[in-house]
Amino acid sequence: MIPTVTYDRPAQRNRTIRKAKGTAFVALAMLATSLGVVVLAALLITVARDGIGVLSFDFINRFPHYKAAEAGAKSALAGTLWVMAITAFFSIIVGVGASIYLEEFASRNWFTKIVETNINNLAGVPSVVYGLLGLAVFVYGMGLGPTILAGGLTLALLILPIIVVASREGLRSVPPSIREAAMALGATRWQAVRFQVLPAALPTILTGFILALARAIGETAPLIAIGAFTSVLFVPTDPFDAFTVLPVQIYSWISRPLPAFQENAAAGIIVLLAVLLLMNAVAVTLRNIYSRRSRW
Amino acid sequence: MVTRKVVNPPQASAAESMVESPVGASSEPVIDIKGLRAFYGSHLAVKDISLSLRRGRVTAVIGPSGCGKSTLVRCLNRMHEMVPGAYVEGRVFYQGEDMYDPRIDPVELRSRIGMVFQKPNPFPKSIFDNVAFGLKVNGISDHVSDRVERSLRRAALWEEVKDRLKESALQLSGGQQQRLCIARALAVEPEVILMDEPCSALDPMATLAVEELIRELSQEVTIIIVTHNMQQAARVSHETAFLMTDEDRSGYLVEYGPTNEIFTNPRNERTEAYITGRFS
Repeated sequence: MIPTVTYDRPAQRNRTIRKAKGTAFVALAMLATSLGVVVLAALLITVARDGIGVLSFDFINRFPHYKAAEAGAKSALAGTLWVMAITAFFSIIVGVGASIYLEEFASRNWFTKIVETNINNLAGVPSVVYGLLGLAVFVYGMGLGPTILAGGLTLALLILPIIVVASREGLRSVPPSIREAAMALGATRWQAVRFQVLPAALPTILTGFILALARAIGETAPLIAIGAFTSVLFVPTDPFDAFTVLPVQIYSWISRPLPAFQENAAAGIIVLLAVLLLMNAVAVTLRNIYSRRSRW
Repeated sequence: MVTRKVVNPPQASAAESMVESPVGASSEPVIDIKGLRAFYGSHLAVKDISLSLRRGRVTAVIGPSGCGKSTLVRCLNRMHEMVPGAYVEGRVFYQGEDMYDPRIDPVELRSRIGMVFQKPNPFPKSIFDNVAFGLKVNGISDHVSDRVERSLRRAALWEEVKDRLKESALQLSGGQQQRLCIARALAVEPEVILMDEPCSALDPMATLAVEELIRELSQEVTIIIVTHNMQQAARVSHETAFLMTDEDRSGYLVEYGPTNEIFTNPRNERTEAYITGRFS
């Protein structure tokens, strides 16, 4: 008779432990996710509770005032929109231009390597340093003064590295075969980039651009450094006007002792978040339109 | 009085070629390769190739993997130099002019010598835009939809796509995509089309359709096709060039001649060994 030995089936072994490990990991992942959500919710709820009473159409239609109840964020909101427009305009042109050059035209040599290293390092420079740079170059050097243009250019500089890195990522994700196909038809390198590569890379580029602008819209320090005012009693009408922006306005309210101003600050934060959400919505819509058209 | 010289192309005899070509039997070279050496950095990929490719013919380039077949055809529309560090020595005459002469604009050259790639690579755009792109970049803006239709018809794709020209080209099957790429190349009316293993990513039915198309097109354009598939070379080409690699991994030309001679009566024993499948 043949002796029979019974083994555990391998799949059975430690099954309970493996299952428990799996469950534990899912729980951990969920905890991590909910932690973020909880903190964000707590923040929003606090801000909403403090600010909702003050928030009204009047609030964004009034200028700063020494009485908290009569103060509003009109000039700060207008300033933010102005500065963002300038920042968006300059950063997208220079940022995408630089990434197209580096990715599509420049040959790999020591020069491009230095430029690359610099760009990557610039992303980690504290924003107040950009403020000082803006102060030296735009405010004094170019004689722009503490104007919207100077502020917008400073923030454009600040987010340039983010845009360049994201845009290069986008360009690199377009397969080389697309460039070859275009050039084999008698397209110049620029035509291949302009008509095929850039449109295909646009969704990624726009995503990076959204993130970068979201960073710029909340910046306070560099704008204080270049001399943004805290009480602006007019709506800026051109890029050479003095200005304030929402974060600077919020900062100035929050640093006052009166609790009523704290409520104004909370309301200002809500306005800032609303602008941010609106901006993101526009960009996400744009991105979806483009990515639907081009996907392989 | 100007008299135009009429050249009666001598008829290709059935013995000379496995494929009949009514107009293409002229022996006039359209591309004349003289001592071509192609480098990737310091690596010599293609060594001293001299070859006359004849007008209105289908020339197959065969040989084992890595023997420089693709590199060779990429030298014929100056796509080779697009690879960083790649360059070419020697001369390639296109209609009597050296295409590597500094006065020649490679962009202009590429609109006259089209190319179809190994993997179908349609643009992520509509079918129409794919075909119209070559017209756009070459500044052709008249009769665009007629030209697109004509190209799609020539590529035997029109009937399948005429009702969905605005749809994305990426929704087409692999074989349709490759025929679209051929239509795209045809739209700019090239005199020569280079095909770099155009069927290697296609199923047998799609391969058959593309081969049929190559035979059709060979009446109007000169075709140079790289292929891994020797049956395919035998089926579609008039002439065949056989390449091999030496011990330095440089490709060189072993034999060039009428396809049926190469396949039935090769002069070189290495050619014979290759086509009979003794090595690959």
